[in-house]
Amino acid sequence: MIREELLEVLEKDSRITVQELSVILGESEEVIESEMKEMEQEKIICGYHTMINWDKTNQERVTAMIEVKVIPQRDEGFDKIARRIYEFEEVSSVFLMSGPFDLMVIVEGKTMKEVALFVRERLAVLEPVNGTATCFVLKKYKDNGIFMEPRKKDERIPVSL
Amino acid sequence: MKNFLNPVVCDIKPSGIRRFFDIAAEMEDVISLGVGEPDFDTPWSIRETAIYTLEQGKTVYTANAGLKELRQEISNYSIRKYQLVYDPLREILVTVGGSEAIDLCLRAILCPGDEVLIPEPSYVSYIPCTILAGGKPVGIPLRGENDFKLKPEDIEKKITPKTKAIVFPFPNNPTGSIMTKEDLLPLVDIIIKHDLLVISDEIYAELSYSEKPHVSIASFPGMKERTLVINGFSKAFSMTGWRLGYAMGPESLIRQMTKIHQFAIMCAPTTSQYAAVYALKNCDDKVESMRREYNRRRRYVLSRIRGMGLDCFEPEGAFYVFPSIRSTGMSSDEFCSSLLYDQKVAVVPGDAFGEHGEGYVRISYAYSLEELKTALDRMEKFLQGLRS
Repeated sequence: MIREELLEVLEKDSRITVQELSVILGESEEVIESEMKEMEQEKIICGYHTMINWDKTNQERVTAMIEVKVIPQRDEGFDKIARRIYEFEEVSSVFLMSGPFDLMVIVEGKTMKEVALFVRERLAVLEPVNGTATCFVLKKYKDNGIFMEPRKKDERIPVSL
Repeated sequence: MKNFLNPVVCDIKPSGIRRFFDIAAEMEDVISLGVGEPDFDTPWSIRETAIYTLEQGKTVYTANAGLKELRQEISNYSIRKYQLVYDPLREILVTVGGSEAIDLCLRAILCPGDEVLIPEPSYVSYIPCTILAGGKPVGIPLRGENDFKLKPEDIEKKITPKTKAIVFPFPNNPTGSIMTKEDLLPLVDIIIKHDLLVISDEIYAELSYSEKPHVSIASFPGMKERTLVINGFSKAFSMTGWRLGYAMGPESLIRQMTKIHQFAIMCAPTTSQYAAVYALKNCDDKVESMRREYNRRRRYVLSRIRGMGLDCFEPEGAFYVFPSIRSTGMSSDEFCSSLLYDQKVAVVPGDAFGEHGEGYVRISYAYSLEELKTALDRMEKFLQGLRS
């Protein structure tokens, strides 16, 4: 129970301090610390990242979601080909999917050209890869539960009984 | 021209908060911890259901007592959540917010001179609604030293042959106090002995943070037939603007309340009723997730308030903490005004909820943790300023 709620809070705010966690969850700091440490070791907690809206920076960045059809290999299934793909630094996520294609590969690059080059030269040429469909992200509205645009102001009457 | 106004209405004091609210509304950069409604948007699936029913043209009156389907879901919900069994056809009335149910009940039961016991501090509408219905409000103090729980001896002192009903406002606005099964038990005998009706305003029932879930006085043997349970969608489902509540009680009372409702209101808003059917069927998890978020804020605010050296009992319901500010030597009103002028933080003086709230302030935690932190930092600075 404490784990579930701890994760619920951390997922939204990884910078929250152990002391604050202890207050809002009503648990001692020791318990919070040891639970976090254990979950880090068990790879339940895989990192404490920052959510960035790159569109608001001066950096050029494009994201593509590439649907990849592959031929699974004997004894290895999809894992071996998945690995050959996810080891590329350009690739930020790889998921095995149900549905009309097999792997969802998310690639980040500086320009569309760069991503296209990666698909053409690196991804599509892999032997078990049977086909790719590259979809560029045009606009992010919501990512990981976070709205990209600021929400409306608090419209409640400031004092009500 | 003669004065057309009814002196009974004219004599009712406007809400004590008005003046304070006007000041707060005009100042810039005010951070308010003064609201009495959730900060969460109504869950999207509920809003989306409402949009869909509008598209389908479901825009006509419903039955006076509310959509049959909604009353059925309210009945299921009450069984599931509070083990309260009510017949959807005869014992449930859908109203325009819980507030209409309070008004209807008082109008349905009160004869001139009948007395209604009203715990103080509590929500501000019980007293004026009692007066408007021709009754006489009689205050029962809720005391800080009892964690603002209702005590049998305090009730008995105020009972007269004219006492007809008692209001049970728990979980309580403004104190956040709750009544557990053990707290309620000794009151049951007194209520039955003196043959009183209980108006149990349980609008905050879903926002209870103790280990055990909310218990309704109506669930005690011999109480269902003398209790009107009032609940609604505003707090638990974050649906304040939808104006939807309900009353559950003995058939004879519900029938008379429905009569008044039929002539005065017709029916509760149709769109809201359809949305509510969806909410009761599908949104237990959303309610629980909001409750957990409130609970985290509650712990945070309580810890900060105590850290500032203010005396505060641990509230286990609603979304308010109610610290004593007596140690500052100020009245509630002075404290709130100074805090507003000095640090631009708005909290509500406790005496806005009755004279027994004097010496306390109501702090709402229907705000994000971030907002709470900023406001409480300012409040801390204010208190440090007072002490130095």
